[in-house]
Amino acid sequence: MKMTAPAPVGLLAELTHRCPLGCPYCSNPLALEGRDGELTTDEWKRVFSEAAALGVLQVHLSGGEPLSRRDLTEIVSHCASLGLYTNLITSGIGMNGKLAKALAYAGLDHVQLSIQDADAASADKIAGYAGAFAKKREVAALITAEGFPLTVNAVIHRANATRAGAMLDMAVALGARRVEIAHVQYYGWAVPNRGQLMPSRAAAEAAVAEVERKKHELAGTIVVDHVVPDYHARLPKACMSGWGRRTLNITPQGKALPCHAAETIEHLTFWNVRDKSLADIWFESPAFNAYRGTAWMNETCRTCERRDIDHGGCRCQALALAGDAAATDPVCHKSPHHARLAEILASDMETASAPYHYRRVPARSLA
Amino acid sequence: MTQTLQATSRPKLPRGVRLKHDEVRGEWLLLAPERVIKTNGVAKAVLERCSGTLTLQDIIADLAQNFDAPEARIEADVRALLMALAEKRLLDF
Ligand code: SF4
Ligand code: SF4
Repeated sequence: MKMTAPAPVGLLAELTHRCPLGCPYCSNPLALEGRDGELTTDEWKRVFSEAAALGVLQVHLSGGEPLSRRDLTEIVSHCASLGLYTNLITSGIGMNGKLAKALAYAGLDHVQLSIQDADAASADKIAGYAGAFAKKREVAALITAEGFPLTVNAVIHRANATRAGAMLDMAVALGARRVEIAHVQYYGWAVPNRGQLMPSRAAAEAAVAEVERKKHELAGTIVVDHVVPDYHARLPKACMSGWGRRTLNITPQGKALPCHAAETIEHLTFWNVRDKSLADIWFESPAFNAYRGTAWMNETCRTCERRDIDHGGCRCQALALAGDAAATDPVCHKSPHHARLAEILASDMETASAPYHYRRVPARSLA
Repeated sequence: MTQTLQATSRPKLPRGVRLKHDEVRGEWLLLAPERVIKTNGVAKAVLERCSGTLTLQDIIADLAQNFDAPEARIEADVRALLMALAEKRLLDF
């Protein structure tokens, strides 16, 4: 497998796991990395320099809340000097006019702002943060006033599924050129919240239909990237466009992952950018090579005509639902575990009224 | 809905959409929000001229001369490319 992988095109930098919000579907791991031990400014700069040399074109500055890093502007300006396309993925909390100007001056290319709902009270409840909804409206205005292209990100789940279309209208009203609207995916904090998040099949289907209808209606005004719910599908997604094929994630403390949920695959060891170069990690690390190509696949996927299209689906989901990271993604109708999805749907309906487990950052160490 | 491109429109790549030469892969790419689009020589030549100062007419005339091709054919290609990008909100005019 050595050196045969194509160079990566994207790098998602989880600059910090700190975040003022507590979204119950947050894709960060349950074991959040604290502030102590986060990569320093210079370490991040080195990572981005290595990334650019390796062939990375776009960097996604994410978290947690990346605005929690005081060196964000310095990081953006370093990336811009390397010719990297910089994308800020933010909840908006922590943004102000001065910072927006500084980021524009530093060369930031694009901003993605998350919204939780089109209804203020519900949005604040989902975020676990009073005033989040109002703050996001202000932040969207700051971002567009600065001339940044804006994408709005929204996650659909039980509490807001009936307002999927209203969230698209809200994205238009906020001045976005693009909206990513995705049905919740069960990774990270969404796993313990699955019973509270999963919509009924009827609600999910109604939301899908509404988004598709509005997508056509709004063509030319806003681009709608629609991610349909996994558990209701017959064919899996090409998770990450294939393991170790196009992108990598770096955690706040420097671990390099093929996808944000990869750490759930416990037998893999993830190398750290503090110990290894990004090129070594990408081409040589056993974790990145583990599910490249087709040799690792079972018979069902290896002999399937879709093996180079969806790459067997999601490894983390295979592990979570079939107990084996190399299994066919159970979303696929060919998986012997496909029926398990219906069982989960049924059982989750029963825990519907429990409160959310809000995502919380570990208390800061006193050291 | 997307408006139609006039001969006097001045197409422009908006902020957040830019051409870049990829040294590692040796090709010209259009970088945009969550997308990387490969461009061939003609597409690159068109996009380089989308600065908001030239009109569609100017761009076509300039390309017809540069590529030594009939304006009618260039026009069809240019319109198809620009309309496809405008629909994805990757071009303003
Ligand atoms: S999903 Fe919510 S809690 Fe998680 S990082 Fe984003 S804004 Fe913060
Ligand atoms: S069998 Fe494997 S490769 Fe074929 S569609 Fe299902 S997950 Fe994809």
